[in-house]
Amino acid sequence: MEALLLWTVFPYICGTILIVATFYRFIYRGKSWTAPSTEIFEKKWLRIGSIVFHYGIIFAFVGHLMGVLIPIEVYNSLGVDDHTYHIFAIVGGGFAGLMVVMGLIFLLIRKFSFPRVKAHTSFGDYFTIVLLLLVAGLGTYMTIIYNTTVVAYEYRLTIGPWFRSLFTFNPVSGLMLGVPTLFKVHVVLSFLLFASIPFTKLVHMFSFPVRYPTRAPQQYRARDGYRKNEGNKL
Amino acid sequence: MKIKAQVAMVMHLDKCIGCHTCSVTCKNVWTNRPGMEYVWYNNVETRPGPGYPKSWEDTDRYKGGWTLRNGRLHLKAGGPISKLANIFYNPNMAEMDDFYEPWTYDYQNLIKSPRKENIPVARPKSMITGDYIDKPTWGSNWDDDLAGGSEVVPMDPNVQKLQEHIAMEYEKTFMMYLPRICEHCLNPSCVASCPSGALYKRDEDGIVLVDQDACRGWRFCTNGCPYHKVYYNWNTHKAEKCNFCYPRTEAGLPTVCSETCVGRIRYIGVLLYDADKVKEAASVEDPKDLYESQLSVFLDPFDPEVIAKAEEQGINRSWIESAQESPVYKMAMKWKIALPLHPEYRTLPMVWYVPPLSPIMSHITNESQLSAEGYIPAVDDMRIPMQYLASLLSADDTTVIRKVLLKMAAMRVHMRAKTVGGIDDMKKSKLLQEADITIEELEDMARLLGVAKYNERFVIPTGRREMDEDLHYKQGACSIEDLAPPEGMVTYPFERSEGL
Ligand code: HEM
Ligand code: SF4
Ligand code: SF4
Repeated sequence: MEALLLWTVFPYICGTILIVATFYRFIYRGKSWTAPSTEIFEKKWLRIGSIVFHYGIIFAFVGHLMGVLIPIEVYNSLGVDDHTYHIFAIVGGGFAGLMVVMGLIFLLIRKFSFPRVKAHTSFGDYFTIVLLLLVAGLGTYMTIIYNTTVVAYEYRLTIGPWFRSLFTFNPVSGLMLGVPTLFKVHVVLSFLLFASIPFTKLVHMFSFPVRYPTRAPQQYRARDGYRKNEGNKL
Repeated sequence: MKIKAQVAMVMHLDKCIGCHTCSVTCKNVWTNRPGMEYVWYNNVETRPGPGYPKSWEDTDRYKGGWTLRNGRLHLKAGGPISKLANIFYNPNMAEMDDFYEPWTYDYQNLIKSPRKENIPVARPKSMITGDYIDKPTWGSNWDDDLAGGSEVVPMDPNVQKLQEHIAMEYEKTFMMYLPRICEHCLNPSCVASCPSGALYKRDEDGIVLVDQDACRGWRFCTNGCPYHKVYYNWNTHKAEKCNFCYPRTEAGLPTVCSETCVGRIRYIGVLLYDADKVKEAASVEDPKDLYESQLSVFLDPFDPEVIAKAEEQGINRSWIESAQESPVYKMAMKWKIALPLHPEYRTLPMVWYVPPLSPIMSHITNESQLSAEGYIPAVDDMRIPMQYLASLLSADDTTVIRKVLLKMAAMRVHMRAKTVGGIDDMKKSKLLQEADITIEELEDMARLLGVAKYNERFVIPTGRREMDEDLHYKQGACSIEDLAPPEGMVTYPFERSEGL
């Protein structure tokens, strides 16, 4: 039952919401698609909070790629033994996790200590930060405390293969049953976070302007050409 | 030669009376909505003074515009790679306090207050937080007419540069107004600063716009513009800027600020320019050469070759004719009395200024006895230090300013001789010679600057709609429907925003 509901149905529901609602918002509510900057109201705390958080989350993202998406067989064939892997994961992941958590705490404190920022923080903004804090806090705890005091848990044999199997539409949910509860909670909350992305300002992460360095500095557009192919939408 | 046309503006500073009508009408049309309360697409600042936002000319702080390194143009705030690395926090962006915290008044209290001993007052109330502000400390024209005196004037970066001391005693000091809008530059650094490519310059009329669908709120344009004329709307989290009232200019009407200008200081006309030469012109080594190099980008609308090329490239007759009639062309190119604001930013701005003469003239006490040459030392020894005007309008080159002021003085002397008399013709000629201008030109100038009617001040061809393929479909459509729909702006993804 748990395997079916929590590790098969739930992830697919979250994934569907993520994809469908993201496209819906991009297409029909495009003007709400931005980075949620409040820099104009306050700079000092944002400087620390935002930079530490964002660089932290990018490291953490790369870490998850390495831990969850890359199969353990790849490491074995490269000759990276488990011990080396875990040392790297714990040090690197712990560092990234701490950055994320610290950054989020800064951002959260900033949200209710500066009246101008506070007045323009919606329920969605608090929800995002608190949920991120829960996910990242748990993740960091697992990495730094659990892994070193209880056991260096080998998620590359359970969570990793299960997560990848979701993409092949052939979920091996049974793998998740034996996972420690802490890890389970982390995974469930993460999926909730994914599902909430299209409803919050988090959508800005999909718009990272990768093409900027290669495009021409000056942009010209003809008035006539503007939205030429969008004719029927309006 | 890639010919493009631009609707450009000239402001004749002598005639600005600092009434702020332009700012108010602009605000009423474009920026009185949540998120934009602190924004003035058009503002009029008293100079010397810090302007709006405070000390916007401090390019070391806001890092706007371009710099030249090894002969190549670079964004002063850093190129694309450094921008992407700084994208989570923009170190050079202005804060709200650099503008001001907008407020309204609690008018309801005047109506609802119970009977009491003291008269009820309308307390100022922040439009950002909704809290009362007991004591506003800065506003968009806090220092109007030198109100800040010696406390505020030194915040003006042009003043900091001056060698000589500026007297702040009221009987000795000087003052002028500087109305500002977006310059709709030929080499806009706002456009180059935008990681999303949301800012663009229109082919047809050179107006620089922000695509509200493409803007992602990365905010590098706000301080990337050295004139600080792109603003962050905190409600929609996107950038917005002066759009040269394009729905009006497309219909052949002047911008709202120009239409309503009480002093009639504004002129709008078409300039033809060679888009291929823009980059080169912006990259000349010495900032003092930028004025001349920008002039070299403009094309002569009477030159048959230019006309033929322009037509070939899709610029129609009415635009070419407008370019020939253009008051801007006359002032900038023919008489050379209009100058670009801060050419050293290398954006090649397209709103130019005729520097003010009147504060000099009020310095002359016995004008009726003055011989014509008497004006020459008056120009050199004017109350507004020439360096101050040069710092604004010619990258510190006082010879450029002097030339313009001599022309303006010559015009004054000539017209005075003609209408009132009492000026010795022989002596007048020396001034004319020094000013390097003919009588006919002076009289044309006097007409355009003094008496020109609406149709001479605003020569604006209608938008080139004949090239639109689906005119039938666009019939009756409003080009700004999305930006300000009648039912209000939707800012949150799945709910309706009510503003404050
Ligand atoms: C992919 C590249 C990303 C870029 C370029 C980016 C950029 C930004 C920017 C410019 C802001 C506004 C900061 C401000 O001025 O107030 C912001 C805020 C924020 N970002 Fe990102 N971001 C990225 C990825 C992410 C990711 C992956 C997450 C989380 C999963 C995230 C979560 C947030 C949150 C929660 C805020 C709001 C902070 C606050 O309101 O205090 N971002 N981001
Ligand atoms: S003045 Fe206008 S066009 Fe020029 S850089 Fe600033 S915003 Fe861009
Ligand atoms: S309306 Fe005209 S005269 Fe009045 S402040 Fe504006 S530019 Fe100056």
